[in-house]
Parts: sequence; structure tokens; C-alpha cells
Amino acid sequence: MSDGFVRFENIQKTYDGKSLVVKSLNLSIGRGEFLTMLGPSGSGKTTTLMMLAGFESATGGEIYLDGIKINNIPPHKRGLGMVFQNYALFPHMTIAENVAFPLKVRGVSKADAEDKVRKALDMVQMSGLQSRKPAQLSGGQQQRIALARALVFEPKLLLMDEPLGALDKQLREHMQYEIKHLHDRLGITVVYVTHDQSEALTMSDRIAVFDDGRIQQLATPDELYEKPENSFVAQFIGENNKLRGVVKEISNGRARVEIGGNTIIDALPIQAEIGKPTIVSVRPERVEIEPSASEVTASGRIEEIIYLGDHIRIRMTVLGSSNFVVKVRNRSGRRTFTAGEEVRIGWALQDCRALDV
Amino acid sequence: MLSMTNIPDQKSLSRQLAVAERRNKIKAFVLVVPLLLFVLASFVLPIASLVWLGGYNDTFSKALPETTRLLQQWDAKSPISEELAASFVTELRAAKLKDAAVPTRVATVINREQAGSLSKIKQVLTASDMASPFKEHLIALNDEWAKPDIWHAMKIVAPSFTPRFYLQALDHRITADGTIVSETDDNAIQILLFSRTLMVAAIVTLLCAILGFPIAYIMAHAETKTSNMMLIVVLLPFWTSLLVRTTAWIALLQQNGVINDLLVRIGLIDNDHRLVMMYNMFATLVAMTHVLLPFMILPLFSVMKSIKGNLTRAALSLGATPWTAFWKVYFPQTIPGLGAGCLLVFILAVGYYITPALVGGQSGQLISNIIAFHMQKTLNWSLASAIGTLLLIGVLLLYWLYNRLVGIDKMKLA
Repeated sequence: MSDGFVRFENIQKTYDGKSLVVKSLNLSIGRGEFLTMLGPSGSGKTTTLMMLAGFESATGGEIYLDGIKINNIPPHKRGLGMVFQNYALFPHMTIAENVAFPLKVRGVSKADAEDKVRKALDMVQMSGLQSRKPAQLSGGQQQRIALARALVFEPKLLLMDEPLGALDKQLREHMQYEIKHLHDRLGITVVYVTHDQSEALTMSDRIAVFDDGRIQQLATPDELYEKPENSFVAQFIGENNKLRGVVKEISNGRARVEIGGNTIIDALPIQAEIGKPTIVSVRPERVEIEPSASEVTASGRIEEIIYLGDHIRIRMTVLGSSNFVVKVRNRSGRRTFTAGEEVRIGWALQDCRALDV
Repeated sequence: MLSMTNIPDQKSLSRQLAVAERRNKIKAFVLVVPLLLFVLASFVLPIASLVWLGGYNDTFSKALPETTRLLQQWDAKSPISEELAASFVTELRAAKLKDAAVPTRVATVINREQAGSLSKIKQVLTASDMASPFKEHLIALNDEWAKPDIWHAMKIVAPSFTPRFYLQALDHRITADGTIVSETDDNAIQILLFSRTLMVAAIVTLLCAILGFPIAYIMAHAETKTSNMMLIVVLLPFWTSLLVRTTAWIALLQQNGVINDLLVRIGLIDNDHRLVMMYNMFATLVAMTHVLLPFMILPLFSVMKSIKGNLTRAALSLGATPWTAFWKVYFPQTIPGLGAGCLLVFILAVGYYITPALVGGQSGQLISNIIAFHMQKTLNWSLASAIGTLLLIGVLLLYWLYNRLVGIDKMKLA
């Protein structure tokens, strides 16, 4: 997947000379890849993107683009397209002038520029608005124009900094698909920054989950969701049930975890050491109620039932944790539940991971 | 159930709206009444009287109404009639009996047109034997009365409504036979002062823009703590008396001042060749730029503060050099602030009085100083009003021009 089109090698960044915002980052991004940097605010993802764009300088390490070290190349010579939060369209220029801007500064002839602007606007389905000013457009339209402007000069790499953050939910989802299709069609390398995990899952080839200035896990969306390597990733991506316990024994690829002082359940030992506390993580939709044959079983009491249309969300107390959530698909003929009911629950061993605390 | 009945027709609906709005309108009007009255009394009326005074002066015609009538009939070429001389002497002496100050005022007005008239008119007032034939008596008193000059002067000042003050403000004068001639070079001082004032205002505006832009930029893009600190420093002069600030420049710039001392001390200039930086145009420019700088910085700062930070970055990422990004993307966004600042500084500079009066010396005097001069020294309020009105018209023209070029709605002051 990764031929190292973009390479971060031991990148460090500090703003105050005391604490590191980015701690020894190593990341390799392949040509044509859609890579998302996902993380909470302050995790270092935006700083990393800004270092790649050239707006921040790395205080340690090297960044390579297409085999060339770019640390000391100023941003306007890096030739990267960038889409900013809040669009950053130039308010005093028309749409056509905005999109033509990167061509104009590159000295592209007027006729060529006009042609390219038209094609770029067609690409984002925004033709016919050339003479309008950005303020006359809706947020979604402005975002498309920003995208057209960042792509019109055919950059090697497209950077996107929370580009959909200011849009409402429905439009955001729509734009996600559109950006993804555009990526598929153009084959351009994209580095995308977001704090929205569903956005990351929808669009990315790979996701780098940032926290505390480090990449916590770098993986494809499905792997990230199904096989989180630490409890931060398990927490951050999707919903997750946490069962706190102590590892008693590890054998045959199984960790035996004592939970609530007397019950012992099996889990995959991902980050588990004998005698150390651990968090056992199980996804709500992987839990079965009244299972026919499950590798791990427990009992629980139903506390609350919430009807959500496509699924039923059941909160129950399991092994001392009163926040254990189970999602049951709403298929016809399903069993009905009542609050206060005691039920058996179970899940497969591979869905149950013993992680760090 | 939803019901579609009871919807009133369009007319009664708009009537209801008008009734509902009326109360708010009255309320709003009552709230602005005090300010309205204040503005009317302190701004509109004085300006109206200013414009009026520039074209109306009845000092002569009120005291000598019959003489005024006869002067207007006189063709200014033929010798004056006995009737005119008689009316002049009797009305003048009658006016003196009513109010002793009036003839002096009349004489002053005539004297402005024809120097030396004052003493001759005083002679007429004090002479004991003024009787018919008045013309002969006058000539006997002083043979100047035989010449047409003083009578011409009186014919010029006699009408109440007169363009002569506005003409004088533009270095022109009206002659007794009604033609308009331009002032001789020695007396042509107003246009020179007008153009000097405009030039000074333009230079001060330019200096303020050049000095203020980078400061406003740094302030707008610094951290809040630093930018607040800088804002206080910029505003500090506002909290100091204008007089103190101006006199501080005297201390700095005079020949035995701080700057000259320093330059002599470090050996850059010789003690015998201290720089003359005070009481001239240079001092006026420096002091005015300093005093008016905040008026440039504040609107610029507020506009720059509202420019989205990532616009320049966006321009850079699209391949623009830092200069292009600044010039094509950042700078155009600052135009409303720059325009507002320039307009503000220019208008204030055009009417500036105290600073040039204190530090300007002879070469640094501006049009406002000449207005004050006519108000306080020559007591020629009509001329002062005429110059003031022309200044006002100039500023309004400028305002109109700004509105055409930039648009007043785009102006941002703070």
C-alpha cells in the first residue's frame, strides 16, 4: 500500500520549547492513498498537517515528498493543494477568480486558465456560478469551490483540514461521499484531518489515530474498528463496552481476566500482562442476548431499553458495570425485552480484547 | 383543526401593521429627541449661520440705509452727488448719537477695502462744522474725499448680500463697477494656504498610513496579551492633553531640544549647525502625524482583526509568493479600514488648528490658522465664515468622492 510518497521521519514539534506537540512521528503515505489523521483536538494531527503544508516548521526530523526533503521548502513552492476549515475563499474575488488564482500565480495563459477553471467547476458540479462572490454561496457550495480551487492546478497532493466541519450533518455526509468519489476518480493522494470518526471511516484507505502527539494506531477502517490495539483507539472509534479487571493468566492465545473480584472471562491478550489491570473491550453490536453458542458468556440485568428504529439499544448491568450497552438488530420476530429482566449474554473470543488501562 | 377563515384582507392587514409600528416609531423618536436638539443647536445652526455670514454683512447698510441706496444708484464713474455726500455725513453722525461704536464698525469695514479710510471717517465724526454743502466740507476736511477711491470702497461694502467674502477667500475681489478681478500676488494668500493645507493633510495621511499599517498588522496578528498592550500604547496619546503632546514636540525638536542635543553629543552635527526642526513645516508634519496616527491605526486594526487568518495561508498553499499573497489577498481586505483611516485623518488634518498654531511658525500655518486669525484679530467674521464654508464644501466633496470610490457602507471605524 505504501511506497512512501509522503514520509515523516522522526518528526517532532514543540511550540514552547518545553512540551512536544508531536512526538517522534513516523508515517509513510502511499501514492494515491486517502489517509486520514483522526484524533481529538490537541492531539497533534493539525500540527502534523501544517508541517506537511509548510506553515509550521518541524523542530526535529525530516519530511519527504516524492523522495525530496521538503523541510526547508516554503509553502508556496511545495505545490500542494489545500482545503481549509471555513473554506478560506477570497471574499473580494469572484468564484472564477478564486478558482483561477493558483493558475494566475503560475502564469498560465488566460485561455488555458478559463478552460481549466470551467473543468474544475464542472468536476464539483458548480458551473454557472463563476461571477458570484463567495458570500453569495451556501456553506456547501463554498466548500465545493474551495475543493475546485485546490485541485485546479493538479497538485501532487491534496491536504484537507477539517473541511466539512462547518456544514450541517446531512450535507456533511453527502460531501463525504462526493470527496471519496472524487478521490477514486482522480487518483490523487489525499491527507485528510478530522476529529469526526465516522467521516474518517467513510472516506479513508487508512486512518492514523492521533492522541497525545503520537499515532496510536495506523490501520484500515475495518481493522481499526474491529481490532483496536489500545483502549484509546477502542474508545475513540465507535462505541465500546469497557470491563475493568485484572489479568490472571495468559495461555494459548487467551487471557483469563478476573472481573469484579470473582468472575473470570476469556479475552484476546492484546496489551495484557499477568497480574496487571486491564480493560476488556467489546463492541455493543457483537454482543448476543441469549446466545446459542458463544465462546464467552456472562449474565446481565436489563436497565433501560431505547427504541432507535433500525436497532434497539439496551443498557444493562454486566459484571458490576452498569453502562454495558448491547445493540440488537430490529428484525421481525425478535424477542421482546423488559427492564429488570435477567438475561444471558455472550460474544466471540475474537471480539473481546484485553487492552491497556 | 386548522381553519382558513378569519384571515383579514390585505388592506386591513397593512393598517394593523401601521398601528403596531406607530407606537415603536414614536418611542424611537422620543429617545432621539435630546440628541437631535443638541445637534441642531450645536452643529446645524452654527454651520447654517457660518454659511450665511459668509455671504451677508449688513454693518454698513443697517447704519447708513439711505446712503446704501444712493451708492447702489451711483455708476461709480461720475463724480458723487451732493445728495450722497449729505446722506453719508448725516446718517453717520446720526448713527454715532444712537451708538458710538457703530460708526467705528462701519469705518473698519470700509477700511478693509480702502486702507486709511478709518482716520478720514473719524475726522468726519469729530469735525464740528459739518453742514451743507457737505461735499465741499468733506473735501475741505481731507482732499481724499474728492477722489473716487473711498466712495468706491463704500459702494463695494454697502450691499448686505455680497459675494465679496467668498471671492476674497478665493483670492478674488469685486470692484466698484461690479467686475471680479483676481487679487494681486502680494495679497493672494488664501489659495496658497488652501493648497498648502491640502498638501499637508495629504502628506500627513500618507505618513500615518505608512507608519500605521505595519503597527496595525502586528497588533492584529499578535497574541491577545501583546496586542492589548500595544492597543493601550496606541491609545495612550488620547488620554494625554493635545496641548501637552504638542508642546512635548517643542521640547524634542527645538534647536536646544533633545534631538539636537543628542545629535551634537554623538557628533553627527556641529554645535553651530543645529538643525532647524521647530516652527516650520517640518514640525507641523511631525506633530500632526503623531497626533493623528491613532485615527489610522484603530480602523485598520479592527478591519485586520476581522480578516480570516487562513486566507493568506490559502493563497500561499495555492502557489502565491508571500508578496502576492499579501498584495492580492490580504491587502484588498484592508481597504475598508485603510479608506476609513485615510478619510478620518485627512478630514481632521484639513481642519487642524492647535498643532500648526503652536509648532508651525510662519511656514507651517494652515487655513484654519487664518480662519482663527480673522475671527480673533481682524474681527472679519464674514471672511472667516467664507473660508470656513469653502473648507466644509471641500471636505464634503472629499466625502462624496470616497463614497463613489470605496463606498461609505464599507467603512469600518472600530
